[in-house]
Amino acid sequence: MSVNPFDFGEKRDIAWCPGCGDFAIRNSLLAALQELGIERTKLVMVSGIGQAAKMPQYVNSSFFNGLHGRALPAATAIKAVASDLTVIAEGGDGDMYGEGGNHFLHAARRNPNITLFVHENMIYGLTKGQAAPTSRMGMQTPVQVSGVISEPVNPLALAISMNVGFVARAFSGDVEGTKEIMKRAILHQGFALVDIFQPCISFNKQNTFQWFKENTYKLESDYKADDRVAAFARALEENPFPLGVIYESNSRKPFEEMLAPYDSNKLPLRDREHSADLLRTVIKEKRS
Amino acid sequence: MAKADDISIVIAGEAGQGIQSIEAMITIFAKKASYNVFATKEYMSRVRGGCNSTEIRIARGEVRASVDRIDILIPLTAESIPHLRERITDKTIIIGEKKIVAWESMTDVPFSAIAADSGGILYANTVAVGTLSAILKLDRSGCETSLRSFFAKKSQAIQDANSVAFNKGYERGTELSSLIDIDISTDPSVPEKIMITGADAIALGSIAGGCNYVCAYPMSPGTTVLTAMADYSKKFDIIVEQVEDEIGVANMAIGAWYAGAKALVTTSGGGFALMSEAVSLSGSLETPFVVHIAQRPGPATGLPTRTEQGDLNLAINAGHGDFLKVVLAPGDLEEGFNLARTAFDIADQYQSPVFILTDQYYVDTYYTTEQFKVGDSIPKSNVITTAADYKRYALAQANGTATVIADGISPRGIPGKGDGIVCVDSDEHTEAGYITEEKAVREAMVAKRLAKIEAVKKDIIQPTLYGDKDYKTLIVAWGSTKMPIIEALEVWGNSGIALLHFPWVYPLPEGIGKYMEQAHTCIAVEGNATGQFADLVEFNTGKRFDRRILKSDGYQFSVEELASKIGGKK
Repeated sequence: MSVNPFDFGEKRDIAWCPGCGDFAIRNSLLAALQELGIERTKLVMVSGIGQAAKMPQYVNSSFFNGLHGRALPAATAIKAVASDLTVIAEGGDGDMYGEGGNHFLHAARRNPNITLFVHENMIYGLTKGQAAPTSRMGMQTPVQVSGVISEPVNPLALAISMNVGFVARAFSGDVEGTKEIMKRAILHQGFALVDIFQPCISFNKQNTFQWFKENTYKLESDYKADDRVAAFARALEENPFPLGVIYESNSRKPFEEMLAPYDSNKLPLRDREHSADLLRTVIKEKRS
Repeated sequence: MAKADDISIVIAGEAGQGIQSIEAMITIFAKKASYNVFATKEYMSRVRGGCNSTEIRIARGEVRASVDRIDILIPLTAESIPHLRERITDKTIIIGEKKIVAWESMTDVPFSAIAADSGGILYANTVAVGTLSAILKLDRSGCETSLRSFFAKKSQAIQDANSVAFNKGYERGTELSSLIDIDISTDPSVPEKIMITGADAIALGSIAGGCNYVCAYPMSPGTTVLTAMADYSKKFDIIVEQVEDEIGVANMAIGAWYAGAKALVTTSGGGFALMSEAVSLSGSLETPFVVHIAQRPGPATGLPTRTEQGDLNLAINAGHGDFLKVVLAPGDLEEGFNLARTAFDIADQYQSPVFILTDQYYVDTYYTTEQFKVGDSIPKSNVITTAADYKRYALAQANGTATVIADGISPRGIPGKGDGIVCVDSDEHTEAGYITEEKAVREAMVAKRLAKIEAVKKDIIQPTLYGDKDYKTLIVAWGSTKMPIIEALEVWGNSGIALLHFPWVYPLPEGIGKYMEQAHTCIAVEGNATGQFADLVEFNTGKRFDRRILKSDGYQFSVEELASKIGGKK
């Protein structure tokens, strides 16, 4: 295979723990980007804060590494302004479903043509082992000393209930399968969610690589992803959790295509300018 | 009558009774008749009921401030009289429905009964407009033409009924002309003047600055600018998005700037408080960020629909860490237009956050003013086409070592424009934008950000001195108190007294000390409870104010109030 343009020419010091599932996710991502033939300068990675949110640091492309939980509003605007670019938002379950939960809900409503990869390891890694919004009930941590007492977020069911047009779950241990799902997600016209199961080898002693292997199954080869109600039922399944594209529909138009400036002009907003004469006319009209 | 060539009219009543439509018609009719017009309103935080009022001033000369004096009062409810009791004198002519208002010394004009004869009591407000138009001696046929165009979108039947109501009201008003001797001469420059609100001035100035992306969460009084921009969005290719919360708003705006748009955020103090972390993000990413903050009284929800200048400290202290922030505060409409444009220029040039501080009084007030000046072209984002080796935070190279470029400004690239990649990071970062904890790089980046605070000094807009250059008394003020103070000085006679007004509030211009040294007495005038700007001036100059005239009741200073508090004649 040729040199991946999204990889760096030299070796970089990557801040993840040795053996972290993030490495495998990065391999899937780089391969997906290369296989799709995306131009390196036409990609923007957007992230917040967390171990997963460091991903843009390790992809050789433009990136916007902003605030914890706030990747989606920034990514939505970037796609709306630079509609010719591929925009990927990436982060962990705490970043996207906890701190950024409200933005996740509203990105689902807006349906911008961006792709969201969420690393779900059911634990907080960067802050060293507290509960995530996806932690299973009863999991004990240094903060949740008597065990987690809140119901975990079900991101897939949430997304399907919001009619997100591409909802999938991958497992970092399956690099090839994750890559294929990522490619389909990036190609989807609209908001696409891929929730990626990933073991945290440093802090999550409960949901280990082995646990994920034992508690997941691949969707059947004849599974039809276009039935929203059936997809919702799959999204509710636990132990084992289904892996694959659970729901896919092209019934919704992307956010940026619905914005008035793109009604009859496809030129990205960043390449346009206002007319001084028009402004003068508008001001003159204020006489009456 | 105080002045027959400067009439103050107040219309008061419940929310939803149509005060605004009476105000709109009278101001349009008066402007059409070549009078200078001013209007401002105060209203409660409720959609129906309560008691609100609007003040209209019609004059030959330019009037740009609110007065306590009421020459003509049109109360639509009994509650209107106690609501305005401090402003009603024996010279105030009260015209309205005695049956409803039940005030002894009023002139009874039964608007509803007259309206009932013209097609229905729905037209009572139009009857009132007719009566008022006649008292003001506005040309009847001119008003009728304007009335038709005011209701142009309504059916012919509704237009006709309004016309009948207006004429009946007008006839009744003619009979009342002996009540008040109005003699306002026209101003030939008025037809070419525009009549717009402060919110509209900010919106148009933003467009003049190249604004093409607006995001906000609705919050009074900041929503006024959101609505105005939405109104222009189709004409000018502006993306307008209502976001789920103010945190999303701010991060969306910074994302838009990163991608090459020029984004405006509009909010009020409480909403802006939620944006503090994003202010800091703008500082770290060195990505421009423009926020319009229409102030209202706090703390917390405070008085949602009223006015105050209480968010200065919030604005200048927003965001953790050290980086350049600029705060601008217009004192009149033209200044609002120009400063909104300046906000975009400065944010773009210095890749930093800029805040425009207005307030409820400013955004809701409107008057006749000269057409704003638009340049030959509207600036696009100040960005470069990147080369393959582009580094977003490039520091100049000198003798092979990285030193901070003089003004701290690295050329800004945007993704997809050029062969380079554009990497921005909220973590401390290298020149290329990657996370680092290298001490030398950290120090260079701190110095780079601080360099912009020095560099912006050359672009600071100096304060303007109004009044007597040989002043003994100096008033220092910022933002929307400007026009009330200027008119108060005119009442005072302008002798020995001057106003030093700051449209650029922060970083504070230098050289204020010498203005203060000339004065025997320095007075700070501000619409907040402590004198936030006065503190800033004292801290920066080492000089003290002799007095602070402060106001935090939710209303703007009136001309009379200021004239009296400054120590002049009333």
